[in-house]
Amino acid sequence: MSKIKDRLINLGEFVLQPDDDMIICRCEEVTKGEVRKAVHDGMFTLTEIRRYTRTGMGLCQGQTCGRLIKGIVARELGVAPIELEAAVVRSPMRPIEMKVLGNEGKEAR
Amino acid sequence: MEHCADVVIIGGGIIGNSTAYYLAKKGCSVIVLEKSEDIGNGGSSRNGGGVRQSGRDKRELPLAMYGAKKLWPTLSEELDMDVEYYQEGNLRLGKTEGHIKILEGLTKNATSLGLDVTMINHDEAKAINPYLSAEVMGASWCPTDGHANPLLATLAYYRKARKLGVRFVTSEEVVEIRKIKGKARQVITTENTYEGETVIIAAGYASRKIAATIGVDIPMNPALLEVLVTEAQPPMFYQMLGTAAADFYGHQSTHGSFVFGGTSGFEEVNKDNGTPVTNSLTASCICRGIMKYFPCLEDAKIVRTWAGWIDVCVDHVPVISHVEEVPGLILACAFSGHGFGIAPTVGTLLAHMAVGEKTILDVSDFRYDRFKAKI
Repeated sequence: MSKIKDRLINLGEFVLQPDDDMIICRCEEVTKGEVRKAVHDGMFTLTEIRRYTRTGMGLCQGQTCGRLIKGIVARELGVAPIELEAAVVRSPMRPIEMKVLGNEGKEAR
Repeated sequence: MEHCADVVIIGGGIIGNSTAYYLAKKGCSVIVLEKSEDIGNGGSSRNGGGVRQSGRDKRELPLAMYGAKKLWPTLSEELDMDVEYYQEGNLRLGKTEGHIKILEGLTKNATSLGLDVTMINHDEAKAINPYLSAEVMGASWCPTDGHANPLLATLAYYRKARKLGVRFVTSEEVVEIRKIKGKARQVITTENTYEGETVIIAAGYASRKIAATIGVDIPMNPALLEVLVTEAQPPMFYQMLGTAAADFYGHQSTHGSFVFGGTSGFEEVNKDNGTPVTNSLTASCICRGIMKYFPCLEDAKIVRTWAGWIDVCVDHVPVISHVEEVPGLILACAFSGHGFGIAPTVGTLLAHMAVGEKTILDVSDFRYDRFKAKI
C-alpha cells in the first residue's frame, strides 16, 4: 500500500485494547494507547507522533522505542512499517552537559 | 477525494492550519496542501515558542497585542488541547552599559506604542527570576508577554481543523497557480489539480517560488536558525527570556526542559544542502551565552539540537495581503521569524480576508506592493 497523503481517510473507530496502558516510550512514559490515539487524532507520521506525544524525545532519543512505535503506527494506519519514515536523529547523540558542550573551542586550542 | 473547496491553502504550517481552522469555523470548505510529509515541518515546529509583544516592529505590534489579549489565553480551551501557553512576562537581559542603552531604546519605543514595558535593575530582575547571574545589570520587563509550545500549538490547530472537516493533503507539492477568467483558481501540484474560490499562499520561503508562477515576487531570503533543548529540570521559572546582545532566547517548558534558540554569527554563510541541518559551532556558542546569564544551568544536559529556516523579508515585517493584479489570491509569508506568536491573530485575519469580511485589525501595513527602491 502506498503512502497516505489524504488526512481525512477513515481509520475506523478508536477502540481501546487490553494492553493500551503498556509503556512504550520509557523515557517520556508514553503508553501504547496514547500512541494509537495520536494516530486517530491525525498524527500519521513518526515525526508528528513524536511532536504530539513526546515519544523519542527523552534521554535515549528513541533508540529504545523507535521500532516499537513504528510497528504500532503502521498497524493503526494499515500500512507496512517500511512505508513510515523514521523520525530524524538529532545531535548530540548522547546527552551532554552545557558546560562541556560549550567548551569545545578551548579544547581545540 | 474532493479537489474543490471554497479556499485552498498552500502550506500546512501554523499560519495555514490556524487559517484553516478559523475558516472551517465559519463554515467554509478548506483544502490545505503541504509539500512535506509532516504537518508543520518548517519554522512552525522549529521556533523558540515566543509569544512576545515587546521587541516587535510597530506595524506588527497590534497583531501581537491582539493575540496576547484575545486569543492565546483561551487557545488551549478553544482547541481542546493544552498548547502550554504561559503569560508570565518577558525579561530581556543586559550585562553591559551598552546593553542597557539598547534595552532603554527598545523600552522607549514599546512604551510610546502603548505597550507596558519597563526598565528594571539587577535587584528587581532577581526578584522576578532568582536564577540570574551577578553579571546581569538590568533588564526590560514586559509582564504580558509569554510563550507556548510550537509543536503542540501547530498540531492543535491541525487536529481541530481536521475534526471540522478540513482536508489536509501531505507530500503534495504545489508547482503552479493558474488563473481562470482572470482570477486565481487552480492550484497545480506534482500529481493533482485543486480548485478554490480563494487561494492562500502560506508556505514560508517556498511561497516565493509559488507566487512567481503567477507573476508576484516578495523580496525575502531564507535564514537558518538553531535551537537546542535540555533534559527536564525541576520547575524553575516560566518567563520568556531574551538578551540585548541577542546571545540566546528561550524558556522552560511544561515538560521541564529548557528550549533555547540562538545564533553563531555564521547564519548568513551557513552551508545549504537542502535540509535544515545544524552547524557544529552553534549549539556550543548558545551554551556559552546561556551560562553567562544562568550559571546554574551549566550541568543541564543538552539532549537535542535542530535547525529551521525562517523567511526573512527585506523590511522584517510579513506580507499579509490580497494581490490586486490577481483577484482571489492572498499572500501570507515573509514572517521573518516572528510568525509563531502572531499566528492566531494572522489566521483570524486571513479567514476574514478569504471570505471578504472586514478584518478586525488594519492589514494595510502588510501589503505586497509596499517595497520601493531606495532612490
